[in-house]
Amino acid sequence: MKSEMSIMERIAEAARSVTTGVDAGSVEHWVTIYVMGKGYRVPADLTILTAMEYAGYRFVRGVGCRQGFCGACSTVYRKEGDYKLQTGMACQTRVEDGMYMEQKPFAPAAKPAYNIADETFDAAVFLRFYPEVARCVSCNTCTKSCPQDLEVMDYVQAAIKGDFESLAEGSFDCIQCGLCAIRCPAEIVQYNVAQLGRRMFGRYGHPVPEHLTGRLEEIQAGKFDEEMDQLTRTPIEQLEVLYAGREREAD
Amino acid sequence: MNSNSVRLPYYPGCTLKTAASSFEISALASAEALGMELIELPRWNCCGTVFSLTDDDLIHHIAPIRNLIRVQEMNRDGILDNENRLVTLCSMCFSTLKRAELLVRENPDKLKTINDFMYLEDDYNGDVTVVHFLELLRDMGREAISEKVKRPLTGLKVAPYYGCMMLRPKEVGIDDPEEPTIQGDLLSALGAEVVYNPYMKLCCGSYQTMNEKDAVVRLVHDILSHARADGAQVVATSCPLCAFNLDKRQKEVKETYPDFEEIPVLYFTQLMALAFGLEPGFSGFDQNYVSVEPLFKDRQLIPE
Amino acid sequence: MTSRLVISSENEEFLARVNELSGQVITLCDQCGTCSASCPMVDEMDVTPSQMMRMVQLGQSEVLRTKAMWLCASCFTCTVRCPRGLDLSRVAEALRQTTLRQAADHININAIPRDELAALPQIALVAGMRKFTG
Repeated sequence: MKSEMSIMERIAEAARSVTTGVDAGSVEHWVTIYVMGKGYRVPADLTILTAMEYAGYRFVRGVGCRQGFCGACSTVYRKEGDYKLQTGMACQTRVEDGMYMEQKPFAPAAKPAYNIADETFDAAVFLRFYPEVARCVSCNTCTKSCPQDLEVMDYVQAAIKGDFESLAEGSFDCIQCGLCAIRCPAEIVQYNVAQLGRRMFGRYGHPVPEHLTGRLEEIQAGKFDEEMDQLTRTPIEQLEVLYAGREREAD
Repeated sequence: MNSNSVRLPYYPGCTLKTAASSFEISALASAEALGMELIELPRWNCCGTVFSLTDDDLIHHIAPIRNLIRVQEMNRDGILDNENRLVTLCSMCFSTLKRAELLVRENPDKLKTINDFMYLEDDYNGDVTVVHFLELLRDMGREAISEKVKRPLTGLKVAPYYGCMMLRPKEVGIDDPEEPTIQGDLLSALGAEVVYNPYMKLCCGSYQTMNEKDAVVRLVHDILSHARADGAQVVATSCPLCAFNLDKRQKEVKETYPDFEEIPVLYFTQLMALAFGLEPGFSGFDQNYVSVEPLFKDRQLIPE
Repeated sequence: MTSRLVISSENEEFLARVNELSGQVITLCDQCGTCSASCPMVDEMDVTPSQMMRMVQLGQSEVLRTKAMWLCASCFTCTVRCPRGLDLSRVAEALRQTTLRQAADHININAIPRDELAALPQIALVAGMRKFTG
């Protein structure tokens, strides 16, 4: 296929990113970025993720929702002339001229098996499953590396104190990207600690919601059996219409 | 709260929120009775419990200095009125915070590095003075304490145990490292009979409890059996780690030394709250492995 | 019988390194033994604190293989009593750090049963992690 193209056609083809569909001819502003040390000229309005795709990288893993929620495309970068090692989600961070970067899509993380029903609601649960929380030196590197702007150090400290509520509140928006765990000098896996804490808080720290208990009883009693039965017999076309016309909460 | 009370920032430390909660509860109630309002730092982190002793290590001083910055913030935000004394209860927290305070006061270059590292925080200005609660009580004078006593601990034989961190090293010690009296003086102001125990400053084995339990068992045996031999009925302490070793490890002490006679271990603040007739003085004993309740009921210090 | 003690440049370097990390001038120790007599953990130690000091003075890096440096509980009894004003707690810490900084932890936290970990107060675990892991 390629051999049939002229040299000029092949250059033009190379300049058009297959993934991003960006046509190099229409780009006004360019920046130079360095991916694992290799420099690329890329359009200035791309994110790190799309800029890398523009440069020819193909992501099979290490990419997910492209909306900043799934936590799959963690990235670390430095800007020219700045000593700070910065972090972000590649899909949410815009490229800048002179950015040096690499992807950190995965953090090896210990995650012991536990059954929260067997545990008591106190700080001992963290010492039992994640004793390394006791190694925290309060350096705050985790907080600085969090792309969600969470106070990660504070929630790790809340775990040490057995303050489940602060931990649950403080870690609620965690997307488990793993950047804190990669940067932690105490080798703590903060997001797994937080997950244990939230589960414990959900199990023991919250009152059992009455409406949920009531609804479960109604389901058990067969209140919705007929509706469910009707739904499963509805043709797909009609379901599509129903879905499109459903009542929605405001965005 | 009495409007004349002194408002002081207070650093609890991790264990006072869990295994040593009776320490905190009894201390706060006693402080209130003495006209002191101890205000917990709105945000605090673990002090690190042990002061880093390597000359080139700064990272382990970040945690204590960060806590001192919180006191600065409380003054900045108007929660405190120019009050730079930070009160501690736990002797280990006291020691770690106090030594960090002195370290950066004596080494401005190290403080600068620490401040630069914590660029998201206000710079620490070096103004905070870490104090142990016992120092405040001593400075109030014996009269101020004894006039609050509603149920004197008359006849109760208490052996104060000091351990290490409130005495050593000298630059942070709150009393004579060889012949301390600060805790005994308080207990005697509460009406108790203070029993002299030559082992009152012998280390309990500290954190070796996680790895060298046998050594801890031997030390605890020596400390407590001497207190017992000298007639003590209760041992008083000011450190949650000492309390853990002295109280909880009595199970293993008994296994190793079958003749050992168990003895209850309390925080000095529990005895103070009890003498002041405060509600927390009558409770919190359920955290103990060796129960003090039979003794206290027998002496009619707590209701039957 | 006489024995010759040879101090090599390697020995000198080891002493210099421990001096540097501990901030102490370890040659000041005159081997009076006050530290050993005061140490609460000496019963369990393989070498006494004063022997530990002597080994460091001679630059013998074998001291890093002693149990004594790990048994030091940083109680500072020797520190307040040393007539030469030396802080032995800092020397022991320097020796521990020399090992820990080579990514060689003294304890394996996974070898301690979880129930025992959960029974410890946080204060014990935090302190133990600081002293026994790098």
